Amino acid sequence: LSSTSTMETTNFSVPSAEKVDGFPRRSMRRARQRRSHSSSQFRYQSSQVELTPLPLLKDAPVAELHDLFCKKLQQCCVLFDFLDCVADLKGKEIKRAALNELVESVATSRGVLIEPLYPEAIKMISVNIFRTLPPSENPEFDPEEDEPTLEASWPHLQLVYEFFLRFLESPDFQPSMAKRYIDQKFVLQLLELFDSEDPREREYLKTILHRVYGKLLGLRAYIRKQINNIFLRFIYETEHFNGVAELLEILGSIINGFALPLKAEHKQFLVRVLIPLHTAKSLSIFHAQLAYCVVQFMEKDATVTEFIIRGLLKYWPKTCTQKEVMFLGEIEEILDVIEPSQFIRIQEPLFKQIAACISSPHFQVAERALYFWNNEYILSLIEENCQVILPLVFATLYRVSKEHWNQTIVSLIYNVLKTFMEMNSKLFDDLTASYKLPAAARLWRADRRTLAAGSGVPIATCLGFLFFASSLSHHHLFL
Amino acid sequence: SSQQHQEAVHHCASSRCGEDSHGKLYKNDTETQLYSLKMYSIIHIFYNTIYDEDEVLLALAEQLGNFTMLVGGPEYVHCLLPPLESLATVEETVVRDKAVESLRKISQEHSPVDLEVHFEPLVKRLASGDWFTSRTSACGLFSVCYPRVSSTVKAEIRQHFRTLCSDDTPMVRRAAASKLGEFAKVLEPEYVKSDIISLFTALASDEQDSVRLLAVEACVSIATLLPQEDLETLVMPTLRQAAEDKSWRVRYMVADKFSELQKAVGSEITKNDLVPAFQNLLKDCEAEVRAAAANKVKEFCENLPEDNREQIIMTHILPCVKELVSDTNQHVKSALASVIMGLSTILGKDNTIEHLLPLFLAQLKDECPEVRLNIISNLDCVNEVIGIRQLSQSLLPAIVELAEDAKWRVRLAIIEYMPLLAGQLGVEFFDEKLNTLCMAWLIDHVYAIREAATCNLMKLVEKFGAEWAQNTIVPKVLGMANDPNYLHRMTTLFCINALSEACGQEITTKQMLPVVLKMSNDQVANVRFNVAKSLQKIGPVLDSNALQTEVKPVLEKLATDSDMDVKYFAQEAISGMFDFLLSTKLLNFNSLNFIFLLFFLCSFGPSITIPNQRLQDGICHGTLSNQTLKVIACLSQLHTFTSSAASSFVLCGKNTK
Repeated sequence: LSSTSTMETTNFSVPSAEKVDGFPRRSMRRARQRRSHSSSQFRYQSSQVELTPLPLLKDAPVAELHDLFCKKLQQCCVLFDFLDCVADLKGKEIKRAALNELVESVATSRGVLIEPLYPEAIKMISVNIFRTLPPSENPEFDPEEDEPTLEASWPHLQLVYEFFLRFLESPDFQPSMAKRYIDQKFVLQLLELFDSEDPREREYLKTILHRVYGKLLGLRAYIRKQINNIFLRFIYETEHFNGVAELLEILGSIINGFALPLKAEHKQFLVRVLIPLHTAKSLSIFHAQLAYCVVQFMEKDATVTEFIIRGLLKYWPKTCTQKEVMFLGEIEEILDVIEPSQFIRIQEPLFKQIAACISSPHFQVAERALYFWNNEYILSLIEENCQVILPLVFATLYRVSKEHWNQTIVSLIYNVLKTFMEMNSKLFDDLTASYKLPAAARLWRADRRTLAAGSGVPIATCLGFLFFASSLSHHHLFL
Repeated sequence: SSQQHQEAVHHCASSRCGEDSHGKLYKNDTETQLYSLKMYSIIHIFYNTIYDEDEVLLALAEQLGNFTMLVGGPEYVHCLLPPLESLATVEETVVRDKAVESLRKISQEHSPVDLEVHFEPLVKRLASGDWFTSRTSACGLFSVCYPRVSSTVKAEIRQHFRTLCSDDTPMVRRAAASKLGEFAKVLEPEYVKSDIISLFTALASDEQDSVRLLAVEACVSIATLLPQEDLETLVMPTLRQAAEDKSWRVRYMVADKFSELQKAVGSEITKNDLVPAFQNLLKDCEAEVRAAAANKVKEFCENLPEDNREQIIMTHILPCVKELVSDTNQHVKSALASVIMGLSTILGKDNTIEHLLPLFLAQLKDECPEVRLNIISNLDCVNEVIGIRQLSQSLLPAIVELAEDAKWRVRLAIIEYMPLLAGQLGVEFFDEKLNTLCMAWLIDHVYAIREAATCNLMKLVEKFGAEWAQNTIVPKVLGMANDPNYLHRMTTLFCINALSEACGQEITTKQMLPVVLKMSNDQVANVRFNVAKSLQKIGPVLDSNALQTEVKPVLEKLATDSDMDVKYFAQEAISGMFDFLLSTKLLNFNSLNFIFLLFFLCSFGPSITIPNQRLQDGICHGTLSNQTLKVIACLSQLHTFTSSAASSFVLCGKNTK
């Protein structure tokens, strides 16, 4: 693992195949750009202590166990340079073994965690995991396309995270003692680590933060507030944060546990943070988690439905079809659990948007919208409100069925029209009959409007004006 | 739709110019009031009906800043505050920033009384708003009203600013930190010491690095405001701490602002503190920081106190620079390469030859093309000090290598420096060593390179003159007209397009035109329609005799070509020449004749053959001929005809329909 980030760059030669087209393949470019780095270097400079192996924990007499545990924790506070993969191998091995022992001890034996060990354990964890994350190797890092930079010191870091997790999950863990050491500052630094590019690290952080949230009640409001700040910064300032999906996943389960009626703080979070998150450029990375959170809110309290749908309609993507498909997916998830009384409140604006999607020239957008009619619950809602919905979508369906380039879409529309016909044949016939006439009338009106907008006057006047203008300009020429 | 609303907003403001000039008409009091009332309600209608489209809000926020005259002048300007206040609380950052910008603008149009009665309460409301957006907006407004209010209000403003600096949302602290320097500037000196320094110290040790780094920016303005003797105790501890911050972002900021900091703290502190700090930044473990520091090497050295500048550079800076030349990161090296040449003017001839030249040469051989390019693009600095000949031995291989680089973007970049190099190396050196390269680029397999090479030739001709072109370039270019590869034959045409003007009428008519005309018989259609295009292009250089006797027949022949594109471009060229003749007033129409011509063409328009149906479809549903459109376009080019031409368009549209 460490070899990936210590790759030599100096002697990298361009393969002959690359010279042919002059366009290096993406992977090549990445390999070339890869350079050794880690922000952690900054702190390596000071500490270089020789480690000596300590006796094994399992061999220690009970009386000395805690003392030895403490010594091992202190030993694990020494940091190593993983960018140089051959540096101090012995020390690295000793620390690795010690960490393994600590993990095992916390996980399996009871009565290890006594009060004096808390500050030592938290100190060891802080020293190891808290660091300024390095600048991204690739300034235009695209989480979907590019390989993430992996943390070089993962062999140790993983064990520290593992230890932290076991520590929190241990039956001996006492929140009342831990809260003195796991404080707001600690949590803030923990949250900053979610920006790590390494998905393994974020995975650990997710579980750990979840446990912290579960066990340390006094920190809950603070954690929620800081997550809010991270999201707001992500939406309105930087548009860059690697851990949005993980934080949303935690929030999903937090929302699940909200008490009813919802507090103003939580509603504000929905309206001012979750909904605007939909505007992010990198929505696709965390959309599933975001949609889950949104649906959770609805299931908690149906009255937020209107907020949510109107919010989504406000931020509806105007040019990005990929995002439009995601929005449609989310709408379907929402409609899946919507209460009929809420549905009535938003059906009009919603189905205007759906009609617009059906007429999208991008077949995936149209297709995704038409799939709504395959959903039995949605279909039942449509049927109940056929009088309102059919007039909203009819003209679009009729027109698109005649002119869409994609055959799948055309046949899907025929199915939808058929469904409507079966639902309410009277209304359907009325609309069909009246469609052609207003279509012609619309054209005529549009024509008249453009004429009026173009000249604002009848043709005869226009001619007169032309001659008037020409005589004026004639005048100008002589001037 | 939002688009229309946006346009409407812009329209409102653009009518301002007209109203401004008639401003005096509204001197009558009731009229003014009535008018401002009307504007006020318009603004409110806007604000209340379209509040949810960010693009519209942005336009609104921007334009409201220009509304002072529209609402009846400075005495009524406060009626713009309510809409701007709510825009300043919007979530979307760009809208909010624009609203703050407009508020800052109109704050200057308030009288001191209005400022206290209307503006300052608004700032207070924003500063104590519930949601962070209003508080961030408030941060930008303190400094504009502070200088013009009474001392009690001033005290309140200072208190508000203090509160926002320790706000519990980082967004607000960031906003406050970014305005700290600006606010410090308008404060009385005693408050700078008592208030600002403590705020500065607190923000510079904030728990979030995004706040700390903004404090570094403020450091520059604060340092300029304090007397020299206070700097050491009040500012330097914080600055030292920032230069060694554990977050690379903060160190990067220090590196990025280094020249400003250096100027602000003065030469004594620079010598004692900043030189070691700069050395550390140049050796930083993060490449980003090193690159930012490397970028500042030249400026830093330039601004060192002159008495021992040379000594500091030679003993402290140069060793670090030497290390950076072989840095592992290419961005660092190329940042250094872009400024390192500037050191030669500071160090003088001998030092440059002894110490810098080896570094230049090493960078000229660097594996990364960007580094080499940066060196080459800054050759002029060295040229002044030691003359370019010192480098030419190494320069040539470097240029040749870049010229043949596998990546076309690199080749493109070096081409762009050719005219500069040619100017510095002189015509003999160029002919001897570089001319072949320039010609080789003409047959590059990437179009962008061939295009740039063409443009390069033009610049060279501008530099070395038409006679040089006639002897060295033109024969080679014209020789390519017989190349078996049609792309190379087209390159000949492109070169002619570019060179004709620089070479002048004689060379163009005597040497180039025959070749172009001959190529009109080319078997490849692309070459033929490019002949048409070239003829249009070089037409203005040719004399009218050649146009009539040689060019016109060829174009007419091409206009009957079997290929529709050739036909199209030939007709374009013909009407283009008509256009040209028109603009030089060779055809002496009076305006009425134009209109008759227009009618003539309109009525016969559809019967004129349409060369390219596909192109026509886009213009006017295939009903209006290209010729007609061209004439209308000609008309519209003459300013005085704009209005009549515009209405002619409407007319034509109807006519042909």
